[in-house]
Amino acid sequence: MFAGYLVNTWEAATIVAVVAGVAGFFIVLRGAAFAAHALPNGAFAGAAGATLIGANTILGLGVFSLAGAALIAALGRRARQDVATALTIVVMLASGDLFLSRTSEYAPAIFALLFGEVLGISSGQVVPTAAIAAVCVAAVLVLYRPLLLSSVAPDLAEAQGIDTRFMDLAFLVVIALVTTMAVPVVGSLLIFSLLIGPPAAARAFTDRPPVALGLSVVLALLSVWVSIAASFETNLPIGFFVGATGAVWYLAGHVRTAWAGHARHPEPARARRAARTPRG
Amino acid sequence: MGSDADASRPSPPIGAPSATNTVLELDDVSVSLGGRTVLEDVSFSLEAGEFCGLIGSNGAGKTTLLRLVLGLVTPARGTVRTPLGGRGPKIGYVPQKISLEPDMPLRARDLVALGLDGHRLGPGRRGPAQRAAVDEMLEAVGAARFAEARVGNLSGGEQQRVMIAHALISRPRLLLLDEPLANLDIRAGQEVVRLLAHIAAEQHIGILLSAHDMNPLLPVMDRILYLAAGRAVSGSTDEVVSTETLSRLYGQRVEVIRTHGRVIVVAGTDAADPTHDF
Repeated sequence: MFAGYLVNTWEAATIVAVVAGVAGFFIVLRGAAFAAHALPNGAFAGAAGATLIGANTILGLGVFSLAGAALIAALGRRARQDVATALTIVVMLASGDLFLSRTSEYAPAIFALLFGEVLGISSGQVVPTAAIAAVCVAAVLVLYRPLLLSSVAPDLAEAQGIDTRFMDLAFLVVIALVTTMAVPVVGSLLIFSLLIGPPAAARAFTDRPPVALGLSVVLALLSVWVSIAASFETNLPIGFFVGATGAVWYLAGHVRTAWAGHARHPEPARARRAARTPRG
Repeated sequence: MGSDADASRPSPPIGAPSATNTVLELDDVSVSLGGRTVLEDVSFSLEAGEFCGLIGSNGAGKTTLLRLVLGLVTPARGTVRTPLGGRGPKIGYVPQKISLEPDMPLRARDLVALGLDGHRLGPGRRGPAQRAAVDEMLEAVGAARFAEARVGNLSGGEQQRVMIAHALISRPRLLLLDEPLANLDIRAGQEVVRLLAHIAAEQHIGILLSAHDMNPLLPVMDRILYLAAGRAVSGSTDEVVSTETLSRLYGQRVEVIRTHGRVIVVAGTDAADPTHDF
C-alpha cells in the first residue's frame, strides 16, 4: 500500500489532516460546527457548476465557499450565525441542484466530490493542496492570540480592542479555504468528521490551548493514516473509516471526561482513600 | 485575602505625577440606540483611586454607559474623555455575562495571560517575565489556588476573580465592572467588593462598578453615579441618595429609607408629591 501511485494519496491526506486539526480546534472552540458543515456541503454546488461550464473544479469550490463565508459573515450577528448559515447553505444547495439538473456528467464525478477520491489523487493535486494548506495554517498562527480570546470570551476581546467581526470573517475565510483544498481529497461530507472529531476529543485530554491544538492535529493524522491503510487492506470505502475513527476519538474523549469527573467528585471513594492515606 | 493582595507590587502611578489624576470624564453625553434615547446629558468624572458605584435598575443604561466608556458605543452628543488612554488595554473591563464553557481547554492562567497579550498577533512565546506577571496578578486577586484549573469549571466567584485579574494585568488606570455581584452569593460578593476597594487604593486605579443594589457597596464607595430613565446624578453617597435628589432624578416621588446601615429606595405616594407635577 506504499506503492508509487499511492504516494500522492498519503501526501494529500496528511496535508488535509494537519489543516483540519488546526482549523478544527478553533471551529470547536468557537462553536462554529454548523458553518464548518455548511460550507463544504454548499461548496459542492460550486464544483457542480464548474463541471457544467467546463471550468476547474477547485476554482468552483473556492468561489462558492468564499462567497458562502462572506454571506454568513454579512448576514450573521455577533455570536449568532446559525440562521445566516442555514440560509447560506440553502441558497448554495439550491444552485447546486440547478447545476446538476443541467449537466449530463452525473454519478462518478459527483460521488467523488461528496465522498472524496483519496485513493485517486494525482500528483498535480498535491501542490495546490499544500499551497492552500500553508495559507490556512499561516493565517491561524498569525491570528492565534486574538482568535483564541475572541473565541473563548468575545466580550473581553472586544474590550481589549480586538475587532471581533473581523475575527468572525477571517475565520470563515479559513474554513472556506480548508473546504476548497479538502473537498477534492476527502469529500464534502467527510471533511466535517475530520474537522470536529479530533479537536472535540483533544479538549478532554488537556486543558492547555496549544497542547489541545497539537493533539487535535495528531488525532486527525491518525484518522487519515489508519483509514487509508484500512481501506486499502479491506477494500471498503475510506470514508467509512474516516467517520468511524472520528467517532472513536470523540467517544474516547467522552470516556476520559466522565472518568475525570468521577475522579474529581468520587464522594465515597475519596472518603475511603482519605481514611487510608492521610494527605501529606 | 487582604494579605494576598498585599503581595502585589506597589505600582507607581503611570505617567507624569503632576498631571491630572482624572481617569474618566463624561461631558453632557447623550446616547441613542435604535432611535431610543438611552442616556441623556450625563456628566461625570472619576479620579484615580476612587471607587464609584454605577447604580440603577435594569434597563437604566448602566451597560450602555460602560460600553460608551470603552468606545464600543458612540455618543450622539457630548464627549467622553479617558485622559490616560482611549480604548484598548488602558481600560480594564469585566463584562456582565461570563459564559465560559466547562469543556474549553483553557486554564485560569491562560485567560489572565491573554489579558496581557491577547490583542497581539502571532502565536507568541511567554517568557519568565510574563509568567511572573500572571502569577503575581493571580495572587493579588486571590486566584492563585485555582490558577491551573480549567476556567470553565470554576465557580461564579472564582471566575469573577480570574476576570478581574485578566482586566488588571495590563495595568489599566480605570477598571469597569458590569454587575459583578449579580451572580454571586452574599459572601462571595462581599469578598469581591473588599478586594476591589483594596485594589483601587493600592494600585491607584479608578473603579466604576455597576450594580442594581447599592447596599453591598456602601462601605467602600467614594462616590455614586445613579442612573434612572437615562438620566444621571453623581456625587457622594449622602448627596445622591436622598429623597429629594432621587425624586428629582426619577421625576416622581420616591422615598429613601435608611435602616440598619442599609438604604432602601421605594416609590412614594402620588398624593404627597410636592416636587413634580407629572
